[in-house]
Amino acid sequence: MLQRYDALVVGAGGAGLMAALQLSKQGHVAVLSKLYPTRSHTGAAQGGIGAALGNMEEDHWEWHMFDTIKGSDYLADQDAVEILCREAIETVYDLEHWGLPFSRTPEGKIAQRPFGGHTREFGKAPVRRSCYAADRTGHMILQTMYQQCIKDDVQFYNEYHVIDLLVEQGRCAGVVAICLETGEIHTFQAKAVIFATGGFGRIFRVTSNAHALTGDGMSVVLRRGIPLEDIEFFQFHPTGIYKMGILLSEAARGEGAILRNRNGERFMERYAPSLLDLAPRDMVSRAIYREIQEGRGINGANYVHLDFTHLGRDVLDKKLPDITDFVRTYMGIEPAKELVPVQPTAHYAMGGIPTDNDGRVVIDDKNTPVPGLYAAGEAACVSVHGGNRLGTNSLVDILVFGRRSGRHAADFIKKNEFVPLGANPEERAREMVQRLTTNNGKERAGDVRGTLQDEMMEKASVFRDAKTLSAMREKLHEIRDRYNHVKVEDRGTKYNTELLEVIELGSLIDVAQVLVESALARQESRGAHFREDFPKRDDPNWLKHTLAYLGPKGIEFKYKPVKITKFEPKERKY
Amino acid sequence: MQVTLKIRRFNPEKDKEPWWGEYKFEAEPTDRLLDALNHVKWYVDGTLTYRRSCAHGVCGSDAMLINGQNGLACKLLLKNLGSKITVEPMRGFRVIKDLLVDMEAFFDKYRRMKPYFITHSPVPEKERLQSVEERQRFDDTTKCILCGACTTSCPSFWANPDYVGPAAIVNAHRFVFDSRDEGKDERLSVLALNEGVWRCRTIFNCVEACPRGINVTRAIGEIKKALLLRKI
Ligand SMILES: Cc1cc2nc3c(=O)[nH]c(=O)nc-3n(C[C@H](O)[C@H](O)[C@H](O)COP(=O)(O)OP(=O)(O)OC[C@H]3O[C@@H](n4cnc5c(N)ncnc54)[C@H](O)[C@@H]3O)c2cc1C
Ligand code: SF4
Ligand code: FES
Repeated sequence: MLQRYDALVVGAGGAGLMAALQLSKQGHVAVLSKLYPTRSHTGAAQGGIGAALGNMEEDHWEWHMFDTIKGSDYLADQDAVEILCREAIETVYDLEHWGLPFSRTPEGKIAQRPFGGHTREFGKAPVRRSCYAADRTGHMILQTMYQQCIKDDVQFYNEYHVIDLLVEQGRCAGVVAICLETGEIHTFQAKAVIFATGGFGRIFRVTSNAHALTGDGMSVVLRRGIPLEDIEFFQFHPTGIYKMGILLSEAARGEGAILRNRNGERFMERYAPSLLDLAPRDMVSRAIYREIQEGRGINGANYVHLDFTHLGRDVLDKKLPDITDFVRTYMGIEPAKELVPVQPTAHYAMGGIPTDNDGRVVIDDKNTPVPGLYAAGEAACVSVHGGNRLGTNSLVDILVFGRRSGRHAADFIKKNEFVPLGANPEERAREMVQRLTTNNGKERAGDVRGTLQDEMMEKASVFRDAKTLSAMREKLHEIRDRYNHVKVEDRGTKYNTELLEVIELGSLIDVAQVLVESALARQESRGAHFREDFPKRDDPNWLKHTLAYLGPKGIEFKYKPVKITKFEPKERKY
Repeated sequence: MQVTLKIRRFNPEKDKEPWWGEYKFEAEPTDRLLDALNHVKWYVDGTLTYRRSCAHGVCGSDAMLINGQNGLACKLLLKNLGSKITVEPMRGFRVIKDLLVDMEAFFDKYRRMKPYFITHSPVPEKERLQSVEERQRFDDTTKCILCGACTTSCPSFWANPDYVGPAAIVNAHRFVFDSRDEGKDERLSVLALNEGVWRCRTIFNCVEACPRGINVTRAIGEIKKALLLRKI
């Protein structure tokens, strides 16, 4: 089945919806999403969106810019970070003008709270910069954006799962998707496509990410020859609920909660004497792992405590109602009285599909764009987060660069014609579905995914070295081999969610492979990428972005320089 | 612990009638019901079909009828459900496959509430001011995740599928009581129609069903009151 649109947005989280709003009035446009828009994981974001509004105290976008760059361990592109921090301010006001119910200050302004790594005067002390709606900021952003899409009559194809990208004559020509309801394969021809498909936390066992976050968009473009940037930088958030990984936002520590080891010690005093519990996430997660390694985990096990007991019920119920509810529901613990077991949880992909500052996908060290192809949100790498993202900066990123990509694409579709499709655009997609649904192998997708997640957790998470990563490389060969023998029991067409899970597992394996290879190649420690065998940052050799390509013999690399405009790299101390 | 899941199954491509599937296995008492469903899907019968995404009660994908009551599979722990658990699709929506239902009509009713900010006054340069109390006035109804648990637990909805249902009213409430919004009249006019808010018989099922703890009946009551005041 063939449909034709001027532009398509793949993904209906914050990034996709923002892009769609820019495009919807500028041509014939549709959004394809494997989930109902309001089910997207943007809705899970809790703590807030960062913008130097200065509602609580003095603040400036330059301070925000400095913090973001320092937080990134100097790997972020500074021109892009400048855009992020400047445009954050108008973006937050736009959200308010669209009705987003922010929490308020006594004067009736948008309320702001402190967050990890956000400081005043270039690192002097924490600053209140995170604009929030209780602890469901992402929920309110997703709802508000979807509401605006209803108002603007944006066209949606919900529960359409994109499985291939069409490139003709070096230009983007459209995508191929499966309609879940019917099982039919559809070709969508388009002049421009924006990938806003989110992250891939599900490569790890313990994660804050939804089941649906499987790196589909990244895998689809990778298989079509487009590189992925900086995938070795994957953020572990310090405070996931023990074993389950459900996130307890940094807002908890922003409101005063404290991390403690088995001796009750506030151990962050030793690791980050000035920012303490509000140091950036990579540092806090490493500190927790160190405490555990050195036997100071609770009862010698692999978790520590998050202490809310001194905050009082009022703060918990008014400012942190959702995470208080999570702790009660999933742990059966009363956080006002008891300590909460937490461990670092796989949270956020700093890397992704490489783009320029207008969301155009660029494929080499010279930033050559693929005309018509865009990416935004967690699926993209601009790069504004470099080696480590600061809390509240993803919600800014998805909206600021979702908007920029949408605007650029709106212009592009006016100036360009459709590229003719090749003879059989659905061939690859059909071949894949055919192969997966007729395979009579003995493997279960659940087992293969379980192995992948456990092994990645053990060998490629917060601490890595050549030994663990090489072992993981071998494991991945085995996992891929087993994947080729996975049997799909459901041979039906309607809502074959088993088939989709198997396709998603294929994406997970792809991105895991890129992560492991990129991490092996990068012989230094920076941001969230920590090599025990190369524990220091190495600017002379590694102040550069990784571009990983899927070649005939495996993953191949190119590197591109970091853009430095205002802040020279310095040692990172908090 | 040993659990037995009794799941109402239906595959439109194979079955003429729904049937009960029984699955017995070992699980952790602290597992979510969603983990147990995943266990069946991943290790026992890959054809079992349901929606899920976030796995911690914030996306609204997996509302279903659990031991006779609506809830989210990812927000209920096995230890609180007993060792025999019955799982069925929500009542009142067309069943497509197993636990997965057609929610188009549900979203359609939501959209009828004009669930977006309406203002006519000029847009200020910075934020519109709103006091802490004004913001608190509609806090409860901003929590809705459109899961459908309230609407499909409502006898008035079962009796009359055209009734807009509690979820739509909750989402209208979110705007009607927002001091910044100027679309109150338009929304109240929709709610005053035959299929609107007066279908509610204050049965309170929705309050119990709501996994976000929204006091749905109170929200509906406040809308009714606003309509009465408007007439005066
Ligand atoms: C628990 C949690 C809390 C967080 N809190 C914060 C916070 O306080 N502040 C902050 O700044 N950041 C936070 N983050 C990070 C931030 O929420 C995410 O990075 C961001 O929301 C991602 O948005 P997105 O639009 O890129 O993707 P998502 O919202 O994940 O949306 C992805 C979309 O792509 C679609 N999709 C995926 N694959 C396909 C496919 N193959 N075909 C079709 N459609 C597809 C999905 O249906 C979905 O609509 C948090 C993250 C988590 C997990
Ligand atoms: S009001 Fe509660 S039960 Fe009803 S749709 Fe919203 S979240 Fe679900
Ligand atoms: S899976 Fe998201 S609410 Fe249950």
